[in-house]
Amino acid sequence: MNRLRQSLSAILLMLAANAALADVSLLNASYDVARDVYKDYNPMFQKYWKQKAGENVELRQSHGGSSKQVRAVADGLEADVVTMNQANDIEFLAEKGLVAKDWARKFPNNASPYTSAMVFIVRKGNPKAIKDWSDVAGPGVQMIIPHPKNTGNGRNTYLSAWAWALKQPGGNDKSAQEFLGKLLKNAPLFAAGGRDATTTFMQRKMGDVLITFESEAEMIAKEFGKGEFEVVYPSLTMQTEFPVALVDKVIDKKGSRKQAQAYLDYLWSKEGQENAAQNYLRPRDPELLKKYATFFPAVKTFTVDDVFGGATKAFLVHFKDGGTFDQIYQSK
Amino acid sequence: MAAKTHRVLPGFGLALGYTLVYLSILILLPLGGMILKASELGFGQIIDIALGERSLAAFRVTFGASFLAAAVNAFFGLIVAWILVRYPFPGKRFVDALVDLPFALPTAVAGITLATLYAGNGWLGRYIEPLGIKVAYTPLGIVVALTFITLPFVVRTLQPVIEDIETEVEEAAATLGASRWQTFTKVIFPAIFPALLTGFALAFARAVGEYGSVIFIAGNLPLISEITPLLIISKLEQYDVLGATALAVVMLGLSFILLLSVNLLQWWAANRHKNSEPLEVAAGKANGASA
Repeated sequence: MNRLRQSLSAILLMLAANAALADVSLLNASYDVARDVYKDYNPMFQKYWKQKAGENVELRQSHGGSSKQVRAVADGLEADVVTMNQANDIEFLAEKGLVAKDWARKFPNNASPYTSAMVFIVRKGNPKAIKDWSDVAGPGVQMIIPHPKNTGNGRNTYLSAWAWALKQPGGNDKSAQEFLGKLLKNAPLFAAGGRDATTTFMQRKMGDVLITFESEAEMIAKEFGKGEFEVVYPSLTMQTEFPVALVDKVIDKKGSRKQAQAYLDYLWSKEGQENAAQNYLRPRDPELLKKYATFFPAVKTFTVDDVFGGATKAFLVHFKDGGTFDQIYQSK
Repeated sequence: MAAKTHRVLPGFGLALGYTLVYLSILILLPLGGMILKASELGFGQIIDIALGERSLAAFRVTFGASFLAAAVNAFFGLIVAWILVRYPFPGKRFVDALVDLPFALPTAVAGITLATLYAGNGWLGRYIEPLGIKVAYTPLGIVVALTFITLPFVVRTLQPVIEDIETEVEEAAATLGASRWQTFTKVIFPAIFPALLTGFALAFARAVGEYGSVIFIAGNLPLISEITPLLIISKLEQYDVLGATALAVVMLGLSFILLLSVNLLQWWAANRHKNSEPLEVAAGKANGASA
């Protein structure tokens, strides 16, 4: 009996000590592949905040598909901050009144602390000589991408090709749609997600070109070896953004606004930017971008705002049911 | 005062109440909520969504592949169940345990494994693709995935029923001069047919709702290899909850009609078998027919 009581009180003491250690806890709801970025970032912020405010912050993370995460937050997952890979996901929370309507202007750079670009991954030696979007749509080429209707990765590829086609001499919406029709015919399948597409291309050796985030190329190199593939930068591609926002409704209730704000602000600090660069995401800091120039070759990019008038608008025109993607797949 | 009937477990009122509450919370409430949500759309709109070109194609793929998979398992599952019950062989317990594995495996793992096996450079794919049989990333791949995950339903439903058929019955049939084929068609098959239908219906129902294992091997091309659950997820990705609900309700309705007809068929088969004649007489008849 005595022993039981002893161990019970020991457990209680430990719990109390743990609670005392953390003055406040923050939950960051994020997309799947952000795990690595925030795994490194969180301890950095904890140290910084301890020094600055003398508080211990407990940081919890929740990862999943971007849209799924956002739906969970809308349904009551008490996330203090959301860090996503598509603006329209945060837009959805703004519509629901959980996030400020002008969330994109609350932080610099459209509230996106780092960016990436859509690139081509081709097999070693580039046997099909794929240099640009026109080559990907060429005869006899197989392209591996995730489903454009269901994944951010697939959507970015589609929009990159569309923007490229628009910029060609005499390019307009009609010619772009025709080009996309040709391009999508070269997809023997639509993968379930980004990682599934990578496995299909690298491991099952299907297709001649995989189109994905620049940051994924390094992951692929780590997983499959650098000599297995080459990265090709097309003449124009999309600069993908990774927007972040405060979930006002939650932080006002919890009283964690100060800490949540600092957590996101710190992403733009030298340390935060360096961490992004080391995870192969293009930092916003121009000096760091120069420092890591070998990671990030210069590439001509467009933003979804430039060409499509925002992520939400692009989504409505192209991927919503009955949009251009569906029109391409309508049998005549 | 009427005599009280004694039952092994007392308290019919309590048990029925418990049953109703339990089923309501677990099944009626969620399904009712779904139908309520769908009723925000008019009937016409639901039909419009269901009759869209992509939805129709997806329904065809989903129900067609599920039917094929359930049929394949009805045939081969019957053989597996028969062998497992009737023949002793070394490692039988091991094989018996294997049957349940598709239940335990996360379906996404199953899908990825099957896709790896059947891909052009996979262990199986490299031999069958040169023969012109493409499995991975085609509708055939969907059938393979669904067959894999629904195998236990048929086998596990049939096993106890086959165990119940005493070998004496077959011996009697043989003694009375029935050929092996007659013994099977007139004696054994009618006895196991209702269970076979149940196994088929369970496998079919499970296959219709399957998502995880299919999307990794299907290829997911619009109008060709998209399944309805993928379209539902796709609508949810667009935050189109109503559209997704509409598809789900239509799917539920179709499945319910199909399951109900299988159940009726099964009930009819069981009754016919019970009401006709005892097995021995059937065996005798078989004898007469052959004479």
